[in-house]
Order: sequence, then structure tokens, then C-alpha cells
Amino acid sequence: MGVTAGTVVRVNGPVVDVAGMDSVAMLELVEVGEARLPGEIIALERGTATVQVYEYTGGLRPGEPVEASGGPLMAELGPGLVGGVFDGMLRRLAGAPEFLEVGARPATLDRSLRWRFVPVVVEGEDLEAGAVLGSVPETPTVEHRALVPPRIAGRLEWIAPEGEYTVEEPIARVAGRELTLLQRWPVRRPRPVRARLHAGAPLVTGQRVLDLLYPLARGSTAAVPGGFGTGKTVLLQQIAKWCDADVIVYVGCGERGNELADVLQELSELEDARTGRRLLDRTVLVANTSNMPVLAREASIYTGVTVAEYFRDQGHETVVIADSTSRWAEALREVASRTGQLPAEEGYPPGLASALAAFYERAGRVRTLAGAEASVSVLGAVSPPGGDMVEPVAAHTRRFVRAVWSLDRDLAYARHHPAVSWRDSFCRDADALAGWHSLHGDWNWGERRVRALSLLAEADRIEAIAQLIGAGSLPDVERIVLLSGRLLREAVLQQSALSANDAHCEPSKQAALLDMVLALHDCFRRLLDQGVPATRIEETDLAEATRVRDEAGPGDVEAVEAVRGRLLATLGGLL
Amino acid sequence: MSAGQHIEYSGASSARGPLLVIEGVEGVGWDEVGEIHLDSGEVRHGIVLDVHRDWAVVEVFEGTAGLRLDEVRISFSGGPLRIPVGESWLGRVCNGRGEPLDGGPPIFGRERREVSGRPINPAFRETPRDAILTGVCAIDGLATLVRGQKLPIFSVGGLPHLELAAQVAAQSRVAEDEPFAVVFAAVGITHADASDVRDILEQRATIGDIVLFVNTVEDPLVERIATPRIALTVAEYLAFDRGRHVLVVIADVTSYCEAVREVAAARGEVPSRRGYPGYLYSDLASLYERAGRVRGRPGSLTQLPVVTMPAGDITHPVPDLTGYITEGQLVLSQELDAQGIYPPFDALGSLSRLMRLGAGPGRTRDDHLEIAAQLYALVARARQVADLADVVGADALGPSEHRLLEFAEAFRRDFLSQGKVEAHSLDDTLQRAWRVASQLPRRELSMVSTATLDAYYRRREEDGDAPSGPAG
Repeated sequence: MGVTAGTVVRVNGPVVDVAGMDSVAMLELVEVGEARLPGEIIALERGTATVQVYEYTGGLRPGEPVEASGGPLMAELGPGLVGGVFDGMLRRLAGAPEFLEVGARPATLDRSLRWRFVPVVVEGEDLEAGAVLGSVPETPTVEHRALVPPRIAGRLEWIAPEGEYTVEEPIARVAGRELTLLQRWPVRRPRPVRARLHAGAPLVTGQRVLDLLYPLARGSTAAVPGGFGTGKTVLLQQIAKWCDADVIVYVGCGERGNELADVLQELSELEDARTGRRLLDRTVLVANTSNMPVLAREASIYTGVTVAEYFRDQGHETVVIADSTSRWAEALREVASRTGQLPAEEGYPPGLASALAAFYERAGRVRTLAGAEASVSVLGAVSPPGGDMVEPVAAHTRRFVRAVWSLDRDLAYARHHPAVSWRDSFCRDADALAGWHSLHGDWNWGERRVRALSLLAEADRIEAIAQLIGAGSLPDVERIVLLSGRLLREAVLQQSALSANDAHCEPSKQAALLDMVLALHDCFRRLLDQGVPATRIEETDLAEATRVRDEAGPGDVEAVEAVRGRLLATLGGLL
Repeated sequence: MSAGQHIEYSGASSARGPLLVIEGVEGVGWDEVGEIHLDSGEVRHGIVLDVHRDWAVVEVFEGTAGLRLDEVRISFSGGPLRIPVGESWLGRVCNGRGEPLDGGPPIFGRERREVSGRPINPAFRETPRDAILTGVCAIDGLATLVRGQKLPIFSVGGLPHLELAAQVAAQSRVAEDEPFAVVFAAVGITHADASDVRDILEQRATIGDIVLFVNTVEDPLVERIATPRIALTVAEYLAFDRGRHVLVVIADVTSYCEAVREVAAARGEVPSRRGYPGYLYSDLASLYERAGRVRGRPGSLTQLPVVTMPAGDITHPVPDLTGYITEGQLVLSQELDAQGIYPPFDALGSLSRLMRLGAGPGRTRDDHLEIAAQLYALVARARQVADLADVVGADALGPSEHRLLEFAEAFRRDFLSQGKVEAHSLDDTLQRAWRVASQLPRRELSMVSTATLDAYYRRREEDGDAPSGPAG
């Protein structure tokens, strides 16, 4: 762990060459210059190290000193993360000035806070790596569990009694090692688990189009590609607010500052429907806006997923939301071009695809070292330049994720929100989840989904024809498909993020709404068979079907079923 | 902008484009500013782009034209570019480097700040709220500009975007008792345009709540990279230290980006899309993200950048990356311009994403968001009807469809259209909105609540809600 010192020889923006760095490692963290700017070693060549610096390097000169830290970029983990706002290197932003200074470095965790620690183990026990030592009520919703760090195991020689401790005070001694609430973990290395498990329960997002048509299993991965103005950020924020996970890590990676201010404000005002507590009490916000140092943006993805893995190892269901992975990829490209790497597609480094794969691979449902079942789900936004879906980030991401929720510009223009396209989206967990649903009492789940998707496809096909020849010239049987398709879009798939009743929807109401539309469609067909013309069906006032999603509460199945009953009765009267 | 007195180095070893290589330097830092003296007595300015042991690559703001390698004498300031900040900028006209063009004394301030600025800590940002009223009906009514927002004008060469930006700069205001200021950065515009802008802004200049920076096309290209940053540094001081609501207009960002591209090419960087460097997004964000509000400080910084889309292509990197950073866009249309409509505001392409934070109950007027949503919906329907009419002929349309086409015409002539020195109060704007919406039967205004309709809907006598068939 000897500290090596070197000297700056070249400064080119955030890329700095340092001489005299003989015994340093790749990706080792260094402090550069008199301002002690943090940086990482990204290339080594005979005593000269190339360092990418995480801060603005203005004024940095050849000749200034560089100090190596002896290890890679680490995340500081412990109580105090939840409810906090951090930059891409996980430095606490609440402790930083209003306008961020270069080199000012508040730590992740507040050293002065005291946390209530309740031990759950007794001295003399043999503990494995990852075992739970005790718990800390971090927020009203998240119980923090202090763990034996990975790779440490053995006899518990001493455990602190119940009481209040700072993150630096010892709470246990295992096999001669003193442990504190604060631990460190290198952000680029996945935290170990006992085993990876198959997909189990769904991650309920509360967004109908996702849960009904393109659902995600806990521990799975999804990408949300969409051009600007298609509502990526709103959709991801809705998921951050309403999905049924224990801990959310929201990584604002190279995006708008005003948006993060908005998220922060809403999360501190909104209540979690399940716990009645503030949503902020289950959220860790990593905020590296587009004007903050670009290399900390590159790190933010890894720090975010490391925090999520840490809470997973405590047995929590966690979700990482990364908005946007394209900005992260651009940060990779920026470094690559400054270090003179040969560019591959569109200037991105050749390692882009493997870096994306490795990032999404950190998701998963696992058995933790402590033996619990827990998961990290990863959702990443993709912002393709010019809305071009074959550009490298969008194209490679599709290969590695379990679901793509593709946002469509035409839908967004038509104010159909969320603008998740049923033409370009996919989901590979659907079969597994259909099995899970039928084991948990919803036998029709898979069939309902398939019927909805085929109705949408059929309606699209007929709509294309109608645009050429006019809807009036279509046969009756096709006209009612158009009608049902419109109902499906307006009464089920559209969802208002601003409405108190509609912003999130419980699975029972989701199913009831879709069942209602499918039942109406069946009824239309029966009416046709019995000689009722399509025009009479079209003239029937079905607006109630569309209004009920907004007028009934998020879990009000009875209201939906009542509407369904009334409408079926009205239609029955056409005979 | 003057450099401190440090060691002077003589002679450059090479020059390429705007770049000079100086050898034998010591203690020179990256992004540091240098002052270059030539034999003629001329002084130019440069910035360090790369420093390697004892040589430094310097980008010369004024360009390298006419400069011999052996006559270069350069001294470095010991730090990145700084300018004085203070209220003494108000009422001044300067060039793109912040030097007076108005014959007045040089600008001093109590403090000098780095023009690159410091990022606002996201944990201390406050959500934008409240409007800046521009007096332009299309903007105030349909895409309200919110304090702390960045809302670009997307346009094409030949359209009156500069006039519109200058009109907004000349007319904008906040409530009476709140301090306001405008900082206008003209970047890479022609002399004729520059003098038009100065004329439009003259009245505001005499009141003294505007700062004007002018970098014209013949000014050195690399100076363009500094101009918006200088303007934003002045604006940040006025907003966050002096509590003013500051509107910053940057016209034209595309010229700025071309300068960035040219410098990147001179440095031999690997180009990304259309020759622009891969970091263009971060670079633009370093300008746009300086808009905002800061918790506990009364002022705000709002940006109205002008982006001309080369060949009208919205997927061009400059508008595309801008759209990803800004909060909406105001799009100008060639079609409307050709019909003589000013401002040629394309309602369907335009959007102020933060409008709900700046307009509506408790902010502007209770009916504002409703009537705006209604106008958008009607314009969208009218567009569909117009498309249909192109295919089937206007004769084949029904009465409700004809009414929509008439509405669209009224919307253009009686709502969008206004004079270049004409300012409308918000009540005036909304009254115009209701007047055109009220040409349609009341039942067609489905997005407005009954209470709002009762209060504002005025059906003209001659419309007569004649019983026609069921609506479209």
C-alpha cells in the first residue's frame, strides 16, 4: 500500500500524463496537482501513467505533483446513502457549496451523524463473508443491515452493544479485523454473491403498458430508447416513484439539472403508496448533470450500480435507473479520443459493446452471501442522436437487455403517453412471468397479454388501409377492430403522469381495465354476428371506459367492473 | 482580460490554423490565457489547449493571420480566462471579448471570475417557476418562458429569428417590483444584423438594464467560443449575486458550434458526427446548464438561444444535442414566413416543457393552460383536415371541417401575427386566444372546463350555432 508520487508532464483537458509512476496499477486512483484533483490511471507505459481527471483541470501545469492512493476508485458504503444526493464519484452534494468548486471533496457519508445499531449476532459465532452483524434504521422505510464485508470471515471476537455509533466507530471484530458501519468497495468490480437465480416475481412498475405488455422480472434489465421529447425521463421518473422495490438508485447521468431538481422535489413531497412514507426515504440519487465533469459522469453508472448491489447484499430488492446511458457512452468516447484510441463505430471506442454488456450484467436475482434472495434490476435510458435507432449505443444495448421499451415520436406527438411503441418494444421475461402469474392466481395473464398485442397489431394493419381508402369503406368486422384498438390505446395504454388516480395503477386494476376492453371487443363481435351494423356500435357512447382509469382510484377494481357491466348492458340493448 | 505580468516567451515554433506552438515554457497551465505581442504593437489573446513538458499549444482568439513565428512574444496570465463582474456592465455594448464598443471606459468590477463558470450543485437547484413575459403572443400564450428555463428558437437561414430574439430581448419583463436584466450575446452575426439588433435594443439600452456582446462574422472565429461564456458569467453575477431575473439571448449557437468544430479540427481531434467533436454535447451543456435557479437566492438565469438548423434539418447535431439539453423548443416555419406571418411560429413543433411551472392558476391566469392546450389540439386537428383537403379536395369536407380551416386561418392572422415592435400584455394575448377559439361552436372546445368556458367563451353573433350534423 506504499504511496507513489509522480510529476505531471502533460495536460490535455481531463487527460494528464504523469512521469515517475513506477509501481502503480491500472485504474488506480490518484490525486493530481496542488488542488488534489481525483483521477484514475487509464494507461501505463514505462513509468509514464495516463490519468483521466474527474474535475476541471484549468491551471494545472507540468511539474505539479501526483500522488497514488494504492487502490482503485472506491465507493464509500454505509448508512446515510438513502435520501441523499451524490455526484458521480459518490461525493455528498448536500455538503458541497452551491456552485461546485474544483477539488472540494466532501466524503460520501457524514462522519458526525450517529446511527442506532442493534446487533443480531453474539460473540464467539463463526461468521461467513456477507453475514449480517446488526441493523440500523436508516430511514423510516429502509432497514440498513451492517454486513461482514466480502472476503472477510471467521470468529466474531467482539460485537458492539446496542447503541449509537458514527460510521467510523468500530462495531465488531471478526478474525482480528475491526469493522465499522463504513465499508469501501471498488466500483468497477461486481460485488460477490452466492448464486445467481432464475427470474421469479415481476417488478411491478405501476405503468400499465409495461406491466401488461412488456413486463420485467425482478433482477432483469430494460432499455428505454427514445429521441428528445418522447418522454423518457418522465417514464423513468414514474417508475422511480411507483415501482415496488425497496431501494431505488436513480442515476442522473449527464442530463438536465432542472429535471433532477424536479425529481428531488417530487420525491420529497410524494408518499409511497405501500408504506405511506416519503418516496425519498427509499431513494439514493446520483446526480452528475451534463455540465458536471464528464469523467465523473462515466463513473456514475458504476457507483450507482455498486450502491444497489450493496443494498441487494442486505436482502433488499433494488432498482438502478440510469438516465442516460448514451451520455455515459459519450463520456467513454470523449476519453478514448483524447487518449488517441483507434475509434470504432461513430468514434466510440471498440470496447463500447463489452462495456455495455458488463454494466447490464451486474443486474440479477441472486442468493446473497448471507443467504437471502434479493435482486438488482437495471433500467437504462438511451438517447439516440437524431432519434436514430441503429446508432451504436442503441443497437448494442438491444443485444444485452431483457426488455426494450421503445418510445415512439409519433405517439408522443399525438400526446399518447407513455409513448411506448408496440411495434419496436420487446420483452424476454414474458413467458417466465406468465408462469409466475398463473402460480399466483392469475391464470389468464399470458393469454390476456397475447390478445392485447394481437389486437394492437391488427388495428395498426387496418388503420394503414383506412388511411388509403377511408374508414367508411372497410368491412364491419374490421371497423370494430379499429374501435377496439382505439379503446385499448386510450382506456388502457395511455396513462397520465400528472393525475393522482392514474399516475400509477395496481396490477388488479390493470388487469380489470384490459379485461374490460377485451370483453367489449368480444361483445362487438357478437353483436355483428347477430346482425347489428358497425355504425350503431360506433355511435354508442363508450367514453366511460376511457374515463374510468382516471376517475377510479389506483386499485379500484369494482369501479372498473361496474363500468364494464354498464357498457355491456348498453351494448346488449342494441339487439 | 489583460494578462498579469509574467515571463515573456519569444518566438513560436509552429502555427496551424488558429493554433501556435510555443516551446521552452515553464509553469504554464492548461486553459491558461496568454497575451501575444506582435512587432506592429498589436496585441492578441490566446488560450492554452495542451501543455506538454516545456511546450504549449496556444489557440489565438484573433486568429493567426498575418503573424510571423519569430515576432511572437507571449506572456501567460497564470490562470484561466477571467473577467470582472459587476452591475457596471449594464447599459454597455462590448465586443465578443468584453471590450467596450460604445466609446465608454473599460469595465471594472470588484471581483474577477473565471468565464468557464462553476456548475450549479444539483442538490441546491430549485425548480424553475414563474414566467418571463415576452409580449409575443405565440410565446406567452402557447410556450411560456419560465424563469430558470432554457428554451431555444429553432430556425432556418432567412427566417426572422434574430428579429424575434431581439424583440423578446427588448420587450421581456417580469413583475414591476422585481429587478430584471437582459444579456444579449450576438455570436458570429453579420454587421447588418448586428446593427439591426442594436437598433431594436436601443430603448432598453437607454434604460440601462441590458448588456450587449457583439461578435461579428469577421471577428476571429475562436473568440466566438469565449463570447457566450463571458456573457453567462456576467449574467450569473447579476442573477445569483444581485438577485435579478436575467434573460440571456445567445444568437447564433450554430455559429458557436462551427467555431468549436474548426478548433477541434485544427487540433487534429477525432471527429464524431458531421465533423463535430465527440464532446459537443458536454460543451453545449456547459453553456445551457448555466440556466437555473438556486435555493435561497432570489434571482434566476433564463436562456433563449437561437439555433439555425443547417438545411432545416432538425436531426443535425447542433439542434439535436440542443434539444436533448434544453427544456423544449420554439420552432419557426418557412411555410408561415412565406405567408407573411410574423412571428412564423410553428405551434405543432413547439413546446415549452416547463410551461405548467410558469403558467396557469396562481402564476399567470387560471384559464391559461386550458386555452393553450385547446389551441394546440385545434391546430393539430386543423392540420389533419388541411392534409385531408389536399387529397380529397375542400369541396368534400363537411361543415365542421370547414370551420376548422377557418379557425386555422384566424389563428395565424389574429393570434400568431403581430408587429415587430408590438408588445401584448398577457390579458391581451389570452383575449386574442379566446377570440379565435370562440369562432368554433362551444361544444368543439372539449379541453376546456365548463366553468372556464362560462367565463371566457364568446361566440360571435354571425356564427350561429346552427344545427349541423354531428361533429367530424
